[in-house]
Amino acid sequence: MSLKRVLVGVKRVVDYAVRVRVAGDGSGVELANVKMSMNPFCEIACEEAIRLKEKGLCEEAVAVSIGPKQAQETLRSALAMGCDRAIHITTDARLDQGGLDPLAVAQLLQKIVEKEEPDLVLVGKQSIDGDHGTTAPMLAELLGWSQATFAASLNVDGGTAEVERETDAGTEVIKIQLPAVVSADLRLNAPRYPKLPNIMKAKKKPLEAIDAASLGVDLTPSIVVEGVAPPAARKAGVTVESVDDLVDKLKNEAAVL
Amino acid sequence: MRLARHIRRRTDAVRSFSAPTMPVAKRHDWLSTLEDADVANLNARCSKIIEGADAKPYNRDWMDKCEGKARIVAQPATTEEVSAVLAYCNEKRLAVTTQGGKTGLVGGSVPVHDEVILSTTRLNTIEGLDKDTGVVTCGAGVVLETLDAYLREHDFVAPLDLGAAGTCTIGGNLATNAGGVRFVRYGSLRGACVGLEFVKADGTVVDCARTSLRKDNTGYALPQLLIGSEGTLGVITKCCIACPSLSPFVNVAWLACNSFDEVRKVLTTARSTLGEILSAVEFLDRGALDATLRAHPDIEDPLETDAPFRVLVETAGCDATHDAAKLERFLEAIDVEDGCVAPTTSAMNALWTLREGVSDAMTSRGFVYKYDVSLPPSTLYDLVEKTTERLEHLDVDVAGYGHVGDANLHLNVCDVTGYREEVHALLEPWVYEEVARSRGSISAEHGVGQCKPEYLHLNKSVEAMDLMGSLKKVMDPHLILNPYKVLPASVL
Repeated sequence: MSLKRVLVGVKRVVDYAVRVRVAGDGSGVELANVKMSMNPFCEIACEEAIRLKEKGLCEEAVAVSIGPKQAQETLRSALAMGCDRAIHITTDARLDQGGLDPLAVAQLLQKIVEKEEPDLVLVGKQSIDGDHGTTAPMLAELLGWSQATFAASLNVDGGTAEVERETDAGTEVIKIQLPAVVSADLRLNAPRYPKLPNIMKAKKKPLEAIDAASLGVDLTPSIVVEGVAPPAARKAGVTVESVDDLVDKLKNEAAVL
Repeated sequence: MRLARHIRRRTDAVRSFSAPTMPVAKRHDWLSTLEDADVANLNARCSKIIEGADAKPYNRDWMDKCEGKARIVAQPATTEEVSAVLAYCNEKRLAVTTQGGKTGLVGGSVPVHDEVILSTTRLNTIEGLDKDTGVVTCGAGVVLETLDAYLREHDFVAPLDLGAAGTCTIGGNLATNAGGVRFVRYGSLRGACVGLEFVKADGTVVDCARTSLRKDNTGYALPQLLIGSEGTLGVITKCCIACPSLSPFVNVAWLACNSFDEVRKVLTTARSTLGEILSAVEFLDRGALDATLRAHPDIEDPLETDAPFRVLVETAGCDATHDAAKLERFLEAIDVEDGCVAPTTSAMNALWTLREGVSDAMTSRGFVYKYDVSLPPSTLYDLVEKTTERLEHLDVDVAGYGHVGDANLHLNVCDVTGYREEVHALLEPWVYEEVARSRGSISAEHGVGQCKPEYLHLNKSVEAMDLMGSLKKVMDPHLILNPYKVLPASVL
């Protein structure tokens, strides 16, 4: 028995390789004229959904993203990877900090889940901008569904799924009832590159836009960002003249001996 | 946007593929031999002199093909010190080889005999950037990657980029007129270099780096004479480089082509549909791809096809949406076997590693004969096919790759059994003559160095070579600067 539908959350974030800069007024990270990409963990979640489809374990993979107009580029990437259709929840609020609360994000996704009725929701374990890591647990709680976070492997079998989870002490394998929310960790898979024919096909796949404000979720932020500052520059190292010098510095300056 | 890239130093294990000593030019008998008194004198003129065993690494070229016997390495910290060293060497008829990052591929930066090595690596001050003109002024010893990182901090970018960026110096880039992967976008370094300070053989400092003007048509363009002169006319100490603005939005497409004609069509289409955002067009053939994939087991070719060519097309622009639309039009217009677009920067870096890793991959497998040639695009790949055919019975790996956007082919022949006279004799001078017959250049971007002076006539007329000899004698009357390089002895 295959799943009817898998919903994948994908977020548009500042590309991991960009050296982020803090805006002059200290209000946040500079987003203008900065390369954006799909959040790496969302990419892994997306890949997993497509693999489930390719294995015949699910019939449809639907990508969903919350964000400004350009989030559609991220959704097109998900479609080019192999998702069947996309849902864009439109908002101009910032998603990295001080805009939409993590709870509002989960609540917006909850509305889409209620509408789409997927058997499984896949999301990244965290986004590399806000770094909250809360979407999966909050969404599972709101839905009253099972959850498996930090997935390193996922085996869907009818109405249950076996998930290997990354933990601080190694991995653990748990069995959960579907429907469920699973968050993808780094080792789950290696995402594919969108291929030429699929990039072309992606342009014709359905992409539905829904105004975030129309979903009946309170979007007023409760988290206030007071200021954002870059980390202090590291002091340059020194070359010590001798081993004795080194030992002396380790003892007296670093106080580690 | 590739960051830390460094030429991997080859291990001793790899060095077991050592070549027999390359035949070298006979030592010029008019040159003096360095005496202890000279060392003492030079020590007084230059704040750092490296001697003995410590000087040895400076003598051996990166590919381990050429090795000189310099006793000392002078590492001046200022232009004045460079001038003092040269004035002394000129007076005493001591030959001098200028050395930057030592990443050249034609043995140009290491001594042939006992020349004094003049290392520019301490001339590494970045003086500043004029944000109105984009002109950066810096010492010759600044490492290209360091310069690029500095420029990026200010939203500019170096007008050239190459695999050795983490090691090569801007002075060396200028002295060899280095090409690289940005040539297709920003053109020759000759265009970007708007000023140079250099020191003549007699120690005279010629300062043409006083302004950061982009336009200056007063008199002879002396810096141009030094660019590509490979240390034979003077020592570059400082430069002014006009730098383009950073294009923060980068995309990389990776395409599989069934024939070199298809590769050429990709290039034509890329030029017409991508226009000003096109920033690189590189190609690899099957031999090159197999080598680089073997050397990078962590990277997979995202295209599962046996098609014999891969093309890497990079765009860099300043408007993500505009760039994406152009890229899409390009992808729609091309007709290739298969293709994909790197979804993230890490994916882009992986694809670039496949392309830039070819040279190292070949070198680490065995003894490599490397050729860097320009050819008319329509016959460019024929040379690889002819070479494969010619060496078919010898069990060697032949790979063709390079900057297809500039019609610049890198032809590598790798012999895992080590150097063989038989292979060498089949390749040289045949490759050079073959290139000359096709009206190509025997050195597209690597220069002439000590490996190719005897083949210079294949590309230059007698009159041109004579004039080069005359210029050399004007700039360096005692012929102390980088002897045995670039010019054949016959014109001196």
